Amino acid sequence: MKIELVNVSKIYNHNVKAVSDVNVTIESGEFFVLLGPSGCGKSTLLRMIAGLEEITEGILKINDVVVNDLEPSQRNLSMVFQNYALYPHLTVEENILFGLYKKKKMNKLEKIKKCKDVAEMMGLGQFLKRKPRELSGGQRQRVALARAVVAEDPICLMDEPLSNLDAKLRTSMRKEIKQLQKRLGITMIYVTHDQVEAMTMGDRIMVLKNGLMQQVGKPLEIYNVPSNTFVASFIGAPPMNLIPARIEGQQIIFDGSYRLKLPNKFLQKGRNNRNVIVGIRPENLEIVTDDSNNSAFLVKYREVLGTETIVSVELGTQEVYIRCNGQIDIPTGKRIGIKVNLGSICVFDQETGSLINQPTGVVNERAEIIPNSLYDSIESK
Amino acid sequence: MNFRRVSSNISYILYVIPSFLLFSTFVFYPMIRTGYLSMHTTNFQGAPTAYVGFEHFRYLIEDRNFRESMKATFLFVLYTVPSTVLISLFLALLANEKLKGIQLFRTFFSSTLGMSVAASSVIWMFMYNPSIGIVNKLVVALGGQERQWLLDPDTALIAVAVATVWMNIGFAFLILLGGLQNIDVTLYESAKIAGVSKIYQLWRITLPLLSPTLFFIVTVSLIHAFQTFGQIDILTKGGPVNTTTVLVYSIYREAFVNYNFGFASAQAVVLFFIVLVITILQFALVERKVHYQ
Repeated sequence: MKIELVNVSKIYNHNVKAVSDVNVTIESGEFFVLLGPSGCGKSTLLRMIAGLEEITEGILKINDVVVNDLEPSQRNLSMVFQNYALYPHLTVEENILFGLYKKKKMNKLEKIKKCKDVAEMMGLGQFLKRKPRELSGGQRQRVALARAVVAEDPICLMDEPLSNLDAKLRTSMRKEIKQLQKRLGITMIYVTHDQVEAMTMGDRIMVLKNGLMQQVGKPLEIYNVPSNTFVASFIGAPPMNLIPARIEGQQIIFDGSYRLKLPNKFLQKGRNNRNVIVGIRPENLEIVTDDSNNSAFLVKYREVLGTETIVSVELGTQEVYIRCNGQIDIPTGKRIGIKVNLGSICVFDQETGSLINQPTGVVNERAEIIPNSLYDSIESK
Repeated sequence: MNFRRVSSNISYILYVIPSFLLFSTFVFYPMIRTGYLSMHTTNFQGAPTAYVGFEHFRYLIEDRNFRESMKATFLFVLYTVPSTVLISLFLALLANEKLKGIQLFRTFFSSTLGMSVAASSVIWMFMYNPSIGIVNKLVVALGGQERQWLLDPDTALIAVAVATVWMNIGFAFLILLGGLQNIDVTLYESAKIAGVSKIYQLWRITLPLLSPTLFFIVTVSLIHAFQTFGQIDILTKGGPVNTTTVLVYSIYREAFVNYNFGFASAQAVVLFFIVLVITILQFALVERKVHYQ
């Protein structure tokens, strides 16, 4: 089922705007993620869609029908809560049966049959007679999922369903939820503050901050072309390097003392000669260890993670992260050079933080950041 | 090694001593003394004079006054406990709704908690007053007949019970409201999305999850009701014709009006065992239906 939000806002006490003018259309069968830090209004937005919060302004349509004034149970949706909201005094079976309450036409036997099928599918077959407290966190999570999907509502809402699980379980549940959603073909709206969950599960992601929509797009769009510095820093770990700089004569000048020469077609019109913030993902930087004169950057710290190594260096006063493949052994205090993948550079406005120059996406076009003092001599060569 | 164990044992004992002393003085010693006195006759000062064994208890079984006071006690418990719990539950359910100004109602409903039994009794005494009391005025306005509420053997116990329910509602309300607010709101939100009706929510979610609190308030109210004294003393003095002489009032009268301390102690022992047995039964029979989380 298609869900359409038109200028949806939530205003508390006449002046506190928790959600402002959200416009988006969520397609049928889509896995849509609402992503943002705590207090950004993502849960409020979800609860408005569920009907648990009133919509102060705007229109909510489900399958082209305005549902603003419909009761939650009339909206054809189910919901999974962060704390699972399982009834502690009821067995797993009774908990799942609660999901079928509104199916008045179904008789008791059919309901139990349905409940057993879903429990079997979720691997809960042998736990039907147990109480929630006798289950592990992951099993409780499955019960909550089972209760949500048992009625086969076309829409499912999830409010940070994995945040109470340990890291390993979270990874496996991520996959399970995504597969379940695809198999059942439901439209999913999924709230999370975890960018990894958003990236791995979402067909599309909406990033929110202070109740304002920041960007809506496919995960890689958001990762590669963030619409502002907030999105850039929120997604990715370590986050995108955001370095104040100046663009002048086809060069980026960092900290007044380092330069990066840009290819001709890089800058869009009117982007020259201004103060900007340059955004480069850590994996788009490369270490150069040829001990040439360009090795002007001091290694401050490094983390070897097995498959990759994160190196942080000083670029003027700014700390910059570089992600290298494999296990690289660089002592702290060593001086290195930095090469940049030019096709990936994002340029943001220094005042507003919004993206003003998109990355070109050209691969294999690299250049080194060079200290001012050496720049002229290299140029003249 | 041994020295350390001894010194840590001493420190445990030191921690226990203050409350042990308090309990001994005000609970354990009086209990034992009561049991001791119940098997003796006493003089007017309450000092034991002769050992009589279980003679007092045998006499209790035959005593018509005692039987009447047992009847009054059980009727009083029956009148007050269920109605207190049901009315408080109803008020707590109302006050648990999120509405504007609900705080005001919560304060009203719990306000009797802040009033002493003596003050409340005096208020009710005026209300029950045959000539100036509001109760008669209301009854007459509704087409009924004036009554001497506290002097009529048919109504006295009920009148005291009504006043008692009013006094006890505040406490029960507060405890039940606390219990209701402890129930996770997402359980109701989830029920709302599932389309569960309000009645079914009450029956299937609220009451089971409130059951530990309900159990607590029923147990406490029962014990409390068996121990009622103040309002009886102020409103009826056990009359008319002993219809409101509940056990504790009977004990008081035996001890401090008739100076029959041994006989009073025997009644106190009986009361103790009644409360004990009922509480044990409560835990044995009712607690199984309680859902602790």
